[in-house]
Amino acid sequence: MSVKTAAPAPAQAPAAPRRFRFNLRQSGIYVAFALIVVLFTVITDGALLEPQNISNIIVQNSYILILAVGMILVIIAGHIDLSAGSVVAVTGALCAVLTVQSGLPWFVAVLITLAAGALIGAWQGYWVAYFGIPAFIVTLAGMLVFRALTLSVLGNQGIGPFPQEIRTLSNGFVSGYFGNVGLGPLGGADLLSLLVGLGVVAGVVVTQWKARAGRIGYGQAVDPMWVFVLKVAGAGLVVMAVVVQLARFRNLPWVLVLLAVLVLGYSLVANRTVFGRRIYAVGGNLQAATLSGVNVKSVTFWIFVNMGVLGALAGVVFAGRLNQAGPTAGFNFELDAIAAAFIGGAAVQGGVGKVVGAITGGLIMAVINNGMSLIGAQSEKVMLVKGLVLLAAVAYDVWTKRRSR
Amino acid sequence: MALSDDILVMRGITKRFGAVTALHDVTFAVRRGEIHAVCGENGAGKSTLMKVLSGVHPHGSYEGGIFFDGEECRFSSVRDSERRGVVIIHQELALCAQLSIAENLFLGNEQATRGFIDWNRTNHAAAELLARVGLRENPTTPIADLGVGKQQLVEIAKALSKEVSLLILDEPTAALNDDDSAHLLDLLRELRDQGITCVIISHKLNEVMDIADRITVIRDGRTVGTMDVADATEDRIISGMVGRDLEHRFPPRTPHIGDEVLRIEDWTVHSPVQPDRVVVSGASLTLRRGEIVGLAGLMGAGRTELAMSVFGRSYGVRISGRIVKDGREIVLKTVRDAIRHGIAYVSEDRKRYGLNLIEDIKRNISAAALPRLASRGWVREGEEFAVAEKYRRSLGIKAPDVLTPTSALSGGNQQKVVLAKWMQTDPDVLILDEPTRGVDVGAKYEIYTIVNELAERGKAVLVISSELPELLGLCDRVYALSAGRVTGEVSREEATQERLMQHMTKGMNR
Repeated sequence: MSVKTAAPAPAQAPAAPRRFRFNLRQSGIYVAFALIVVLFTVITDGALLEPQNISNIIVQNSYILILAVGMILVIIAGHIDLSAGSVVAVTGALCAVLTVQSGLPWFVAVLITLAAGALIGAWQGYWVAYFGIPAFIVTLAGMLVFRALTLSVLGNQGIGPFPQEIRTLSNGFVSGYFGNVGLGPLGGADLLSLLVGLGVVAGVVVTQWKARAGRIGYGQAVDPMWVFVLKVAGAGLVVMAVVVQLARFRNLPWVLVLLAVLVLGYSLVANRTVFGRRIYAVGGNLQAATLSGVNVKSVTFWIFVNMGVLGALAGVVFAGRLNQAGPTAGFNFELDAIAAAFIGGAAVQGGVGKVVGAITGGLIMAVINNGMSLIGAQSEKVMLVKGLVLLAAVAYDVWTKRRSR
Repeated sequence: MALSDDILVMRGITKRFGAVTALHDVTFAVRRGEIHAVCGENGAGKSTLMKVLSGVHPHGSYEGGIFFDGEECRFSSVRDSERRGVVIIHQELALCAQLSIAENLFLGNEQATRGFIDWNRTNHAAAELLARVGLRENPTTPIADLGVGKQQLVEIAKALSKEVSLLILDEPTAALNDDDSAHLLDLLRELRDQGITCVIISHKLNEVMDIADRITVIRDGRTVGTMDVADATEDRIISGMVGRDLEHRFPPRTPHIGDEVLRIEDWTVHSPVQPDRVVVSGASLTLRRGEIVGLAGLMGAGRTELAMSVFGRSYGVRISGRIVKDGREIVLKTVRDAIRHGIAYVSEDRKRYGLNLIEDIKRNISAAALPRLASRGWVREGEEFAVAEKYRRSLGIKAPDVLTPTSALSGGNQQKVVLAKWMQTDPDVLILDEPTRGVDVGAKYEIYTIVNELAERGKAVLVISSELPELLGLCDRVYALSAGRVTGEVSREEATQERLMQHMTKGMNR
């Protein structure tokens, strides 16, 4: 046969700027989110984007979004967690017992609750990772067990009220330390919130710019400058719009600050740490990961521990919001969190997904929920629409995957 | 020969998979009531030919004609061919482990009255079939409770239930011990005497010489010839199987061989599925710096099992033996241990065991050496990019950039990504399992070049390959493995395909 092919490939010229291709599979979720927001803004005559309503959407869905952050990691690793709702209930109950009945200081109670969440996660992680029982079964059992524990702790009644600090975390707002500024026709807005918003936008711009410069430095293809500017400006505009609206209402909700920290932190963990990479490796090809020296069992175990901690955090936030730990708390939360992850682009087989995607998926459901209740739709209709949206999102994903083959 | 003597004639069969021609104008004739053996190297086209015959590759997907009992047949599915009495038993048995013997025998052919299964009739008929194959088991016993030898007999009983007139067995004794093999061969003789024609594919030449009436040798998708067993010798079969010359398909190299770096002593491994079965038995090998060593063996000889069991016990149970690295004994309990001690293993099945196809080139290349590219758990992304880019250029991975998903690459380029992943762990010993499987000729040459460069840099390379010319062209020394034992060690100067094949078939079934 020809030996001409043998010559080593000549060193290629530095990669040319990548021709801009709109990757609908990756961006589809954000486009869909934008369309849904526009749709409900029109249907509700703009009520959706009223300052107070935006604040409500965030506060009312914060616990689902917290769960979604943990759930996406579980799903990327190729597992599932059906127990999240029951974990929310049992940790909320524990926190109530510690604060209301035992009178512990709020931060001690919260720390103990989070530790209990870690223990719950370790329990489930042990059975999945080291004993080899499918997560579906382990967490289905957990769903029953932790609900049962909740009921035996609380009996048939709720425990409350919670200390002010925990209620503030769930329901409260960052107080306006710097006073208000006038925004012309928009009226007064909280200066601190606006400054935080500007800071976040500046941070996004700087990190994106650095990442781009780094890639160019290593000769990698990047988006052309106009696409880059458009993307960053678009993201900045959306953040600022939300912040301005919130600043006009009652400043930033504390729970939004918490969520922002979680999203940022977990995005970094998922993309930039060895542990995060291994989650993708395990979910993408278990055998290849094993043969590459990944300790698959330990990765699986810690993902569940993490899920337990976030479940406990959601439990505290939810109980604080209701100002009561109740026996039915967290019913079906796991389903919302799972739906958020899949709408946000996770793959059923594992190996694919983004923290930001899961949050966006959660927000899509939140906006549908909120928008439909604003126009007075009955809850069965909301459920119907949410179910169909979930099916459509995954069908779209399967379809684009098949087409790309 | 008279046409009426031939129960089956396949004439001018050509089968292509994309650009690859697996069968090239093959002609194959089987006489009524004989046992006909088909021999050839791995990948010669034996199994493809049998799949064409049994309708796995339906009519229209190949060229040429199949004549059964003098009539042309156009099988469009396995069911079609079974209706004509052609039944194939594949190497991987197709039984449902949790169902009973009787249920398996009549799977797809249930003994039912008006939609309800008649269990009395089922079990009675099953008992009769079991008696014919000499298997004394209760028809209600689950398949999972039987050994592989008995499962093989159940497969044959199942074939008999379909009123078989031509029975094809693909490597029927590959997974059997000596007693079970002998029993199976006796059964085939009995079936022949009852008028059932058998085609048997086997690597075990002594077995072939023992049982077959005639032998057809296939090489590179072509028929080399058919001979009566009386005229055949093992040597004649072997030279038919391998007879091709080495072209200039290998880059030149001057070996610089240094000190011993790895020694494996008395290595024994048992099968995880049947812990009683020895897969690798007392194998010993040594590798030296700068040396390329080959490991030859037919399918089922235990090559991959040997390599994977050394690589952090990734295969097998009840592993015993010693691994000595740089003069010191080491124990490799996990893949991490193996990587830490400078051992790398590139799998024969890169899609299943080598790559995360969802991810891009960069993340695949860094996967095994990620801790080295990180500080306190944080990946240094710039360096990761640089490393991936370095390999993309130096190995000639054909992709626009290192963010291309590996699923979009050709086989040769995927293999280069896997090689880069292991080169990045900076190993002293690389075990390459079938490094050029599914790779086109041009990329093969490039991969050989990479292997040569690795040796030049003082690495010890162990190449496992089914292609003898590849081993002869690449290696300084070749070990032959047969039935889990090292049966020979041949230096580059002494090595010929015939000689290796003799070692590779030594001690089989004895």
